Amino acid sequence: MFDKGKLNQLQSQKDTWEEGKLKKVLEKRPERKKEFTTGSNKEVGRLYTPLDVADLDYERDLGFPGEYPYTRGVQPTMYRGRLWTMRQYAGFSTAEESNERYKYLLEQGTTGLSVAFDLPTQIGYDSDYPISEGEVGKVGVAIDSLEDMEILFKDIPLDKVSTSMTINAPAAVLLAMYIAVAEKQGVSADKLKGTIQNDILKEYIARGTYIFPVQPSMRLITNIFEYCHKEVPKWNTISISGYHIREAGSTAAQEIAFTLADGIAYVQAAIDAGLDVDDFAPRLSFFFNSHNDLLEEVAKFRAARRLWARIMKERFGAKKEKSLMLRFHTQTGGSTLTAQQPENNVVRVAIQTLAAVLGGTQSLHTNSRDEALALPSEDSVRIALRTQQIVAYESGVTETIDPLAGSYYVESLTNKLEEDALEYINKIDSLGGAPKAIEKGYIQKEIQDSAYTYQKQIENEERIVVGMNKFMIEEPKPTGLLKVDPAVGKLQKEKLAKLKETRDNQLVNKNLEELSKAAEGEANLMPYIKEAVKAYATLGEICDVLREVFGEYQQNIIL
Amino acid sequence: MDRPIRVLVGKPGLDGHDRGAKVIARALRDAGMEVIYTGLRQTPEQIVEAAIQEDVDCIAMSILSGAHNHLFPRVMELLKEEKIDDILVIGGGVVPDDDIQPLKDAGIAEIFTPGTPTTTFINYIKENIIR
Repeated sequence: MFDKGKLNQLQSQKDTWEEGKLKKVLEKRPERKKEFTTGSNKEVGRLYTPLDVADLDYERDLGFPGEYPYTRGVQPTMYRGRLWTMRQYAGFSTAEESNERYKYLLEQGTTGLSVAFDLPTQIGYDSDYPISEGEVGKVGVAIDSLEDMEILFKDIPLDKVSTSMTINAPAAVLLAMYIAVAEKQGVSADKLKGTIQNDILKEYIARGTYIFPVQPSMRLITNIFEYCHKEVPKWNTISISGYHIREAGSTAAQEIAFTLADGIAYVQAAIDAGLDVDDFAPRLSFFFNSHNDLLEEVAKFRAARRLWARIMKERFGAKKEKSLMLRFHTQTGGSTLTAQQPENNVVRVAIQTLAAVLGGTQSLHTNSRDEALALPSEDSVRIALRTQQIVAYESGVTETIDPLAGSYYVESLTNKLEEDALEYINKIDSLGGAPKAIEKGYIQKEIQDSAYTYQKQIENEERIVVGMNKFMIEEPKPTGLLKVDPAVGKLQKEKLAKLKETRDNQLVNKNLEELSKAAEGEANLMPYIKEAVKAYATLGEICDVLREVFGEYQQNIIL
Repeated sequence: MDRPIRVLVGKPGLDGHDRGAKVIARALRDAGMEVIYTGLRQTPEQIVEAAIQEDVDCIAMSILSGAHNHLFPRVMELLKEEKIDDILVIGGGVVPDDDIQPLKDAGIAEIFTPGTPTTTFINYIKENIIR
């Protein structure tokens, strides 16, 4: 991008500046620290100039928005055309209460739903299983059967909203329920828009809601790819997630690397199952974190987009434009929020929102200020949503595309993050791909090392967290926190007992037996799961059948 | 009694957030303690059984899912049933203030909330184990 002669001239000017003016100032007044680093411990130079991006080729490395390699964004107009989807992750207690919260969020201007399920639901247990005791309705809504799902989306027209569901191991079951609810509303599956997370590899790595071993889990995922390609073409069949990897303590480069390595594994599995890459790749979506180091995060999003496009084109030979595009949801960083002086979290979330938007996200969840204390209250959720709206309507960063492009620092950091991530991906390839690297504990260990380093830096105050290890105050007890009614467990149990009396149990058993047989063979399981769901088989019953055939994943404990 | 302090780090319930538990396990180990980490999805029964088998001085549990009011006291109940009163039991995680006193009343010695430096609970364990 730069003229060689000019660069040489610049180098000698820089040398002169360093030896002269800079040196004098440094002698008199040294800098605040010996080493400056990003939020992910990457060294940051004093000054970036064209010399740091001397090899940048505009056409090859940046291109135009909506064009390969999509560094500048996936759409030609970005936020000038349409703002990102403001999608607040919510759900707690019973389907009835969550349904109220969704309607509130829609009234407040949220533009897409995002369903949080409780842990028993995420791990395929019904509310009346002994292991579910104490967990029902806590971190999300409890869904035991199609009946709960019907209540969850009551009076919400499924052809009008797009719905994201954070569900992984039993994603096929919840997707089948969603389709069944839509059909009852008179909405056909081909009109449905939304996303299931459906990313099991990061569950093994970082999030923990796995059920089945790797192979059958990968089969369920490719079954969904295939089924949706035919029946639910507008559905995002997976949200390949770096969010939880980052929350578990990874660096920004590791977040890109481990997420894309998981992505590579899914693409390979689907190709191995006989699918054409351009049939399913356009529906792959991603999910990233946004932390406090604004410029590093922006560079991360840009690097991830470029790297994925290159992988899809060069490694998998994808041809459709949509197969090459990394479309992503972002959530602000839960682990960056402090329990101390929680109002400060509003500011952190605002910075992280800016990073996500300057990085070109397609949708965004902003965390609430009280999340280090409890589930967010309605007030906190509103402020979080308003933060997005202020960035959208008042900050001005939406008015032009990828405004930080061309910053010597941001471009140099984008290159560096892509390089680092690629190095990790090569290492994972050499271990036999993401599933093998997870089995060996390699990915987990890398993340844990980063998490531990971070903790030590906070404790020796190399890293300052305002209000937590510096600028502390005596604080009154926080008030106005949300409490989930402990009666929800009992309520769900009663609903289940009633359901099992009133449904056609013969039909349930027949459908479950057919599912079991299909699971033993090689058929696509989606149609069988859908039939079981429609007969009001419970989530636990369906997952038990699959547990029986597939077995359960055994965690590899790495310290 | 010169053997190192033995601590069982446990994740009771279905919660998969183990960053804190693992950081704590490493910090305790770096502080010279012997650490047994039993991994995710442990029932209170499994935790108590492991604590007995491993003859630990302390059980340190972490929950971020909000199930602490059920699971922490359940561990205390089981210890009582086994007539064990010489294991220090502590907890950590996203535990609202209002829940802390009832948990202490149930026998949990201390609850550590987000932002606690590792040195705080390392010292707490050293000073409070029952020997």
